[in-house]
This record gives sequence, structure tokens and C-alpha cells, in this order.
Amino acid sequence: MQTNSNGIHTIEKKAKEDRYQHHDYYNIDELLDDDHLLARDAVRTWVKQSVSPIIEEYSEKAQCPTHLFKELAEIGAFGPSLPVEYGGGGMDEIAYGVIMQELERGDSGIRSMASVQGSLVMYPIFRFGSEEQRRKYLPKLGSGEFIGCFGLTEPDHGSNPSGMVTNIKDDGDAYILNGSKMWITNSPVADIAVVWAKDEAGKIRGVIVEKDMKGFHAPEIHGKWSLRASITGELVFEDVRVPKANILPEVVGLKGPLSCLSKARYGIAWGAIGAALDCYDSALRYSLEREQFGKPIGQFQLTQKKLAEMITEITKAQLLAWRLGSLANKGKATPAQISMAKRNNVNMALEIAREARQIHGGMGITNEYPVMRHMMNLETVLTYEGTHDIHLLITGMDVTGLNAFK
Amino acid sequence: MKILVCVSKAPDTTTKIAFNADGTALNKDGVQYIMNPYDEWYALVRALELKEAAGGSVTIINVGPKENDTVIRKGLAIGADNAVRINSNGGSAMYIAKQIAEYAKGESFDVVITGKETIDENRSEVGAMLAEFLDMPFISYASKMDVAGNTATIDRDIEGGTETVEVDTPFVLSAAKGLAEQRIPNMRGIMMAKRKPLNVVEAVAFDDLVVPVHYELPPAKSAVKLVDPENMDELVRLLHEEAKAL
Repeated sequence: MQTNSNGIHTIEKKAKEDRYQHHDYYNIDELLDDDHLLARDAVRTWVKQSVSPIIEEYSEKAQCPTHLFKELAEIGAFGPSLPVEYGGGGMDEIAYGVIMQELERGDSGIRSMASVQGSLVMYPIFRFGSEEQRRKYLPKLGSGEFIGCFGLTEPDHGSNPSGMVTNIKDDGDAYILNGSKMWITNSPVADIAVVWAKDEAGKIRGVIVEKDMKGFHAPEIHGKWSLRASITGELVFEDVRVPKANILPEVVGLKGPLSCLSKARYGIAWGAIGAALDCYDSALRYSLEREQFGKPIGQFQLTQKKLAEMITEITKAQLLAWRLGSLANKGKATPAQISMAKRNNVNMALEIAREARQIHGGMGITNEYPVMRHMMNLETVLTYEGTHDIHLLITGMDVTGLNAFK
Repeated sequence: MKILVCVSKAPDTTTKIAFNADGTALNKDGVQYIMNPYDEWYALVRALELKEAAGGSVTIINVGPKENDTVIRKGLAIGADNAVRINSNGGSAMYIAKQIAEYAKGESFDVVITGKETIDENRSEVGAMLAEFLDMPFISYASKMDVAGNTATIDRDIEGGTETVEVDTPFVLSAAKGLAEQRIPNMRGIMMAKRKPLNVVEAVAFDDLVVPVHYELPPAKSAVKLVDPENMDELVRLLHEEAKAL
């Protein structure tokens, strides 16, 4: 790190070798098409070149590498499964999954930058927006010219979004928007926000808020010990006049934001495997290089138990994600199935990060290895986009038909 | 400008190399393949840059079985216009060069580019043999190439320096580091590659004159020897007798 003439710390690209190798214990690659393998290879190469050399330092300094937005756009990580004519990549859901996996192999925060832009901003505008809104926003979002964010969670309404108090009131050619949103990825750097608010009849509607609209602020949230390379903020609306042309016309009710979350959760189910693979890869290599009592620690039964259980859990998660992707390609993945995969795979990744940290011994707590960073990131991933417990209740409700939320 | 880029497939650089029981071939179990980096990063990308600057087309060619299509698709995703695969299980450098030449001789390419070597067996042979079969000049180890009209100015890596040569098209060139910078294919390129033509051509009969007889791994690295700092004579002896560095 250096200090520039204004006394501000700047981060220099640090050359650090990323020795990651893919692990495919069950030859799951045979289930993937050429497109998937090429997409994965391309994103992995990009991560090794653009993310791995800088991520530890940006994370340590809690700075967002905003220059990566443009690079993410160039490789096609924003909305890869949306149609090409609207700025997407025209790929299938498995391709979207493997892209998220490789990004999160680099860092959950980098994956978050892409999943918010694609699943939570481009997807609702594509699915629920007018043709005019699609033409106006999607190509710019796909090319990274615009950064977007998604406002659903409020300070007092996290797992219970239907209790939201942010609201819009009809005022002739515009709506007057009031309220606030919390824990919003990308918000301080966003050009537009897709915001969910209640109308005067109490129905949840989506509106597109632009950063220059009067009365709209997006202060940054500081002090996170997790997703430190991803920027997070609030959204504050004080009598913001939002033109009626900015309301998403094709959806009314909570199913609007929830369908976006299903897309993002699907990507997280794949992404978490990437973080787990990186931890396993590092732990496996370390266990073969680190010697104690005259032999590699990988030769000890307790280390082997950890490694064997890790690759077993990763393999199960890979199969779960692949099957979910196959269902999603046919439009048959249910929200409850997505919940199961998100919950299982994120928890799996967090457990692996903790075990991998132990294999690395004291070195595991340093930024010489990616493990502690992944572990801290995954604490967020376990909670955002539907908490670990809420997803359990979704599965519980799905199998019993009984609602434990109320 | 009509450019042909010869691309080969090589084991990923992280592959743990093993041979079959009698040492006559690579054990391909679990080996992941990539496009040879000299072909991908330098030969193909410089070809695309020339096309982008002055128009024309870039064709990639590979001699191999259907499994190589993934590598070929990557070349198309990076930006090649079309591809040819000579359907074959491969062979010696001379066999490969013969197959490419048979295809290329009817196509009047202005420039044919190979990587300076493939990173599996590092033979650096195909380019020169191809030039001979096509009766074209051959420039090896090119680290810079500019083309004006029909004349190319090329920097070649030579021992301890650089040689600059001029050559008129058509010619065959082998690409070294520096000729271009790696391009990562983007998602749109990957999808477009599916719609680009990949023509499969059957190999011509050719009696291979060179057959690999035996492969062997280099000896395992021996353990580090620690020498007492007071015992310089022993260090000199080891450097002289064992390391043969003195």
C-alpha cells in the first residue's frame, strides 16, 4: 500500500500466486456442456488475473475494488442468462451457476457485486419492467456503465419483508417515495436502485430510483468484518419524486422481490461451492507441504478425516447444484428447492472454511491463505438472501404444508 | 488478410504427469486439457489484432479427435471466424504438419501462425515442416510483428538479443511470448462460438516416420543438503562433484 499526494492510501496490485486447481471427484464435468466449461475456464482465468492478486489487501482495508465492475461486465458476468438483446449473455442457468461458483472461489464479495447486478437489478427490470425500461436500463447495466442495487430489507424488517414501511403515494405524474432500506450491496456506488415499497392500498410495488433524484441518499455502512471488499450501504428516501414511468408495471405483491431473490439464491447455491473449493484446495496443498513429527500433516488420520469429509460434502453440493441447474433450465426449480440448496451449500462452505482453517494451523488466521477471508465472508452469505433458519422453515413448510412463520 | 492459426491441445500446466506401464505414452486418466498457451495467447490474439486493424479473416486449425472440439470452441470464443479440425488421432510433428499443409495449400492464406512450441513435448517442429510443405519462408520465435501492405516486419528472439527481419506474404511464423497479450473469452463470445462454422476434414494418408519409443520422468529432486558455514571446502566439493556447477 502507498500513500498518494492527498494523503490517501492507495492499493498497489500485489503479485501473489494463485495455485488453485479444480477438484471434480465424481467427474461432474462430464455432466456439463462445452459452454459451461468454457465459461468456467474464462472466469477462473479472470479471477486469477484480476481478483486473487489484490483481494486480500482490498479486504483487509475494507475497500471495494470498483474497477472490477467494468471487468465483470467485459467478461459477461452481469446477467449471463438474460437475452443478448437486453445486455445479457443468452446462456443457460448452469452457465450462470458455474460463473457464480468461480467468482466466489475468488471472493464472496466479488460474487455479490455480480449477483446483485444480474439477479436483483437486471432480472426484475427484464421480468417486470416495461419495454421502455428494459431498453433504457438493461444494456447499460449489462455493460457496467450503470451499477444497480436492490432495496428490500429495512432496518426493522429483515426476515419479514411484508412488514415493510417504505411507501409510495400517488402525486399526479409521480409517486412520492419515503422510507429507508438497510444492508444494500453496491448502494453507495449505484446509479439506480430497484426499490420495493407499499402503495396506498398496502400493495408492494417496485420502482426504479435514480441516484440524482432529490431526497435520495445512499450512505455507506462501515465496520463490517465480512464481505469487506464489497460495498454496502443504506437507502434513504425523503419525499423522493419518482416519475410514474419508473414503476415496474408487471408485478404487484411480495412475489416480485421474492422471485428476484430466488434467482440470486440459486446463484449463491453455486457460489458457495466456489468458496468451499478454494478452502479445500488450500488445505489439501498445505497438508501435503506442512510437516510435523517428521511427516506431512496430511498423513495423520485426523487431517485426513477433515479432508475426506470436505471433499465428500463438496461433491454432494456439486451434485445438488447441478440437479437444481437442470431443473432451472426447464423452469422447474421451485423456490423451496432453491432454499434447500442455498442453505445446505452455504452451511457446507462455512463448515469447510472452519475445518480448513484448523488444517492451516496458525497460518490459517493470516492473509497468506484465503481461508479466514472466506470464512468471514460466508458468515454474511449464511444470513443474507434468506437466513439459514428461514430457509429451514421454508423446507419445513414445504414438506408439512404448515406455516411456522406465523 | 487471410490468416491461419494452428492450435494444439496440451495438458493443463498443473497436471501431474504419468506414463503408461511400458512408458510409450502419456497416461491420460484425469488429465485436464487446455489450448496450448503459445497458440492461444500469442498466435491467435496477434492474428485477431491484425484482422481488426486491416480486415480479413482468422481461421483456426487443429489436427485431432472430436474431444479437441472444446479447445477449438475456445478459439472461436476468443474471436476466430471459423475453424477446421482434421479428424485424426494425431501423430508426429511431420504428420501434423502434412495434414495442415494439405488443407492450407488450397486456401491461399497470407500468414500461417503456430505457437513456438506446444508445452507438452516442446518440439518446435510443426512450423518449420509446415513451411517446407507449403514452400513458404519460415520465421521462428517471433515476439513482435507488424504488417504494412504485403510486407511484415518481425522481431525474433535470438540468444541474448533481438533480430528484426522483413518478409513478404505468404509466410509461416512461430509465435513467442510478447507477440500479443492473452484475451479472456467473454460469455457472449462463448455463445457466438456455437454458431461459427467448425468444419471437420478427414486426414490424408501419411506414413509416420517418427514413433515415440519411451518416455521417462526426470529424476526426483533430492533432499536439500545443509552445509556447516565453517566448512566451505565441503560446499565447494559438493558444488563441484555433485551439482557440477563449478
